[in-house]
Amino acid sequence: MKTKGIVTGIVSNLVTVKVDGPVAENEICYIDLQGVKMMAEVIKVNGDNASVQVFESTRGLKGGDTVEFEGRMLEIQLGPGLLSSVYDGLQNNLATMENVFLQRGEYTDPLDREKKWEFTPLAKAGDRVVAADWLGEVKEGWLPHKIMVPFSFEGEYTVKSVKEAGAYTVDTEVAVLVNERGEEVKVTMVQKWPVKVAIKGYKEKPRPNRIMETGVRVIDTLNPIAEGGTGFIPGPFGCGKTVLQHAIAKQGDADVIVMAACGERANEVVEIFTEFPELIDPHTGRHLMERTTIICNTSNMPVAAREASVYTAMTICEYYRAMGLKCLLLADSTSRWAQALREMSNRMEELPGADAFPVDLSSIISNFYARAGMVVLNNGETGAVTFIGTVSPAGGNLKEPVTESTKKAARCFYALEQNRADQKRYPAVGPLDSYSKYLEYPEIVDYLDKTVEEGWVNKVLKAKNLIRKGKESAEQINILGDDGVPMSYHVNFWKSELVDFVILQQDAFDAIDSLCPLERQRFMLDLVLEICEKEYDFEDFEKCREFFKNLINELRQMNYSAYESEQFWAYNESVKKMIA
Amino acid sequence: MKKAYQKVYTKLEGITKATVSLRAPGVSNDELAVVAGRLAQVVRTKGDMVTLQIFSGTEGIPTDAEVTFLGEPPTLKVSDQLSGRFFDAYGHPIDGGPEIEGEERQIGGPSVNPYKRRQPSELIPTGIAGIDLNNTLVSGQKIPFFANPDQPYNQVMADVALRADVDKIILGGMGLSNDDYLFFRHSFEAAGALDKIICFINTTENPPVERLLVPDMALTAAEYFAVDKNEKVLVLLTDMTLYADALSIVSNRMDQIPSKDSMPGSLYSDLAKIYEKAVQLPTEGSITIIAVTTLNDGDITHAIPDNTGYITEGQLFLRADSDTGKVIIDPFRSLSRLKQLVQGKKTREDHSQVMNASVRLYADAQNAKTKLENGFDLSDYDHRCLDYAKDYARELLAIDVNITIEQMLDTAWKLFAKYFTPAETGIKQAFIDKYWVK
Repeated sequence: MKTKGIVTGIVSNLVTVKVDGPVAENEICYIDLQGVKMMAEVIKVNGDNASVQVFESTRGLKGGDTVEFEGRMLEIQLGPGLLSSVYDGLQNNLATMENVFLQRGEYTDPLDREKKWEFTPLAKAGDRVVAADWLGEVKEGWLPHKIMVPFSFEGEYTVKSVKEAGAYTVDTEVAVLVNERGEEVKVTMVQKWPVKVAIKGYKEKPRPNRIMETGVRVIDTLNPIAEGGTGFIPGPFGCGKTVLQHAIAKQGDADVIVMAACGERANEVVEIFTEFPELIDPHTGRHLMERTTIICNTSNMPVAAREASVYTAMTICEYYRAMGLKCLLLADSTSRWAQALREMSNRMEELPGADAFPVDLSSIISNFYARAGMVVLNNGETGAVTFIGTVSPAGGNLKEPVTESTKKAARCFYALEQNRADQKRYPAVGPLDSYSKYLEYPEIVDYLDKTVEEGWVNKVLKAKNLIRKGKESAEQINILGDDGVPMSYHVNFWKSELVDFVILQQDAFDAIDSLCPLERQRFMLDLVLEICEKEYDFEDFEKCREFFKNLINELRQMNYSAYESEQFWAYNESVKKMIA
Repeated sequence: MKKAYQKVYTKLEGITKATVSLRAPGVSNDELAVVAGRLAQVVRTKGDMVTLQIFSGTEGIPTDAEVTFLGEPPTLKVSDQLSGRFFDAYGHPIDGGPEIEGEERQIGGPSVNPYKRRQPSELIPTGIAGIDLNNTLVSGQKIPFFANPDQPYNQVMADVALRADVDKIILGGMGLSNDDYLFFRHSFEAAGALDKIICFINTTENPPVERLLVPDMALTAAEYFAVDKNEKVLVLLTDMTLYADALSIVSNRMDQIPSKDSMPGSLYSDLAKIYEKAVQLPTEGSITIIAVTTLNDGDITHAIPDNTGYITEGQLFLRADSDTGKVIIDPFRSLSRLKQLVQGKKTREDHSQVMNASVRLYADAQNAKTKLENGFDLSDYDHRCLDYAKDYARELLAIDVNITIEQMLDTAWKLFAKYFTPAETGIKQAFIDKYWVK
């Protein structure tokens, strides 16, 4: 029998409910507002009073309104059809809603129940299987979408039967399994999973050992992120966080991309689903939207659902990872998620931590980042969830709780700098503060030696060092004046400007420059290092400036030219002449 | 007003400067009430205990004040009669005209399904190069002016509004001085634009908490014209800093734990609910929001401008320029996030490269200025940059510029040729070949 309750208190979207039976932490309930059922989640229990956060506006709710508990946590449906969908934070399909305005209590089916999928069996009668093992496969776009033994199944099962190849809807029984007690269980193409629990069902989670190409030089060359790695992008507003994230989403070398717009601007999401269906995935030549799922909980949508949205997005990634696919999760912005936690904690009158955030913020963030990673599945195949989150630090100050907590959890740090953005040096990723811990992984160094070029990481460190030396020289020039320093200071400064303009800066709105494949990055870094390793002497610093300005201009024109085109080689030739 | 029979309560159990509480069962969240003749709204219920926020303040309210509940949240009557009218924060006329007849709508209603939005793509030209050239505005955008209190933000906003090609201009004035209110009224009248103006005004003479109603009133009217009538609506909100101040007063009286700068922890969501009403609808209708956030001595790290910056699609930063003695749109701090949707698409192909080059050279001029201030010799390039910066500020950044975008681009090319070599601008060769002034 379901537990029931009545509303006894309301502050904004925090509602207190007096219950008549057992309730669980994070249990889902529905509040009845004059016939409209509004979803809510238990976040605190005290005696027979449960505090629930409502995923909708509580306007018009009264004391005495009735509540029904569901006996389950917040869960989503996993099955074919997730890709190219646009969901809200609770996995309601936004595309199938009828009204222009979002109506309370309007919940739509996340999956198409009518659509038929071409099913091919992978398991056969008599096979011994455990949770997450593959039973069959359907083609979702161009991806092999595995139908798995539901993750919630415990122990070992024997396959009794698997449906023969054919076209079926998602609710069709595609397999019958028998458990250790001899009971039969039926499996369809759809399974449910509570979002706040990590999906296991893999053999091991090794250290990441290869990098994920993004086509963005400042990431791939200088601070590469590993497949199955974690990174975060903090930055004040207006520094190009969103543009950088969209570039990664468009160009990232992944099979599946899940974008969680968490408390951000609706127009940015509109940009994604307007442009993505038109854009082509540079790695497969297919439409970008075919590999993309959007979880959209914009800033004006209910706060509690904002918190759920990042978990929903992560669960979908983990689901595809279990099929042996490479997934990329982009969450913009995790600060909004943290703020949602703060709003609830505040309403529950909990004792606040730093900046009024809940005290367990740090552990919540690191638990979430820990769900990313590369895994080896039971059948030996590998899958990965790479996670990049953005952080919107209050006042652009990186010494605030969300940034500090995230820094402890994420392995790559892409610090966007106001100063660089002001000078339109985009992407405004600060070259010296940013880092990738993966450059220290021997397996990654080895991987780069083999796939890019022998000794690659050393070259990257050289480039970083050029920037550091240039910065030191610039400081001396500022203190002592142009005439007060030796010529070598000017040369050092301009070498670093060269690295900055040619490698770090990249025009995200230029069709050619925006996407720079690793091979091209190798060519450019080699060329830039060749230039910078030469000794130069000039009569005066004006000559030095002029020389490098011209050189930079040629190299930038090269970045705007198609790789290995006639034009490209012409600029290359001209550069070689200049440094001869 | 609604119910034939209303229960009257006469026992307040608690009074603060902004709220009262009393026992009243069966009251719904967000519902309006009248306390001793003043309008109030339910903000918290706990058992039978209800906390009411009194918009005009609690001064002089006795514990035996009469309280009646109205059964619904604040509403606005919408119809075409709204055009050309001036209202207070409650939607009552203050221009001496008759009450509005029309459909009664709850203010602060639900948000547009993001999937039903269309990507904004229509340019809003203002004639001001600091905006059109560097920070192009697009219909359906939301963008504030960040300005110090002494800067002419209301004048610039009025100029922008009157030059923009829109069907309705809706002004939400919060904590507006009476002089500024009259300024808006006169500029709208002088421009002969009164028939497309609607104003909701809370002046400094009115109680601060009343301001909380103004944006929702203005946006409910905007939604009527944009959604029901497919019109292009421009909403002006000034000053959002004073709105946020009112939020902090209420949350403080409700004993909420303040976060940064003593603002409520929900400030981001509260502001987002307003700004996200900006929308390009699938029909022709759109709502564009231009707001004002006043700063304390240019400090954009304060919680109000900071949260605003994360919500809005850019910001326009006003700054007094010492070189030219004019107020300019700061090219470094200002940003229009939607500009690339129209630049080079609705404007000339060289737009975005010209914009970037001109700002980069202006940044070089700032570096040269620092060198000069530190007492160092300037190079020839530094001198050229400094001269360029003066012309650039006067001819393009100043807020008194009023030219077409084509003219702005030509002016920029003229300045490039006057002071620099093509290589120094770093612009793509194809554009240099086509546009360089020889």
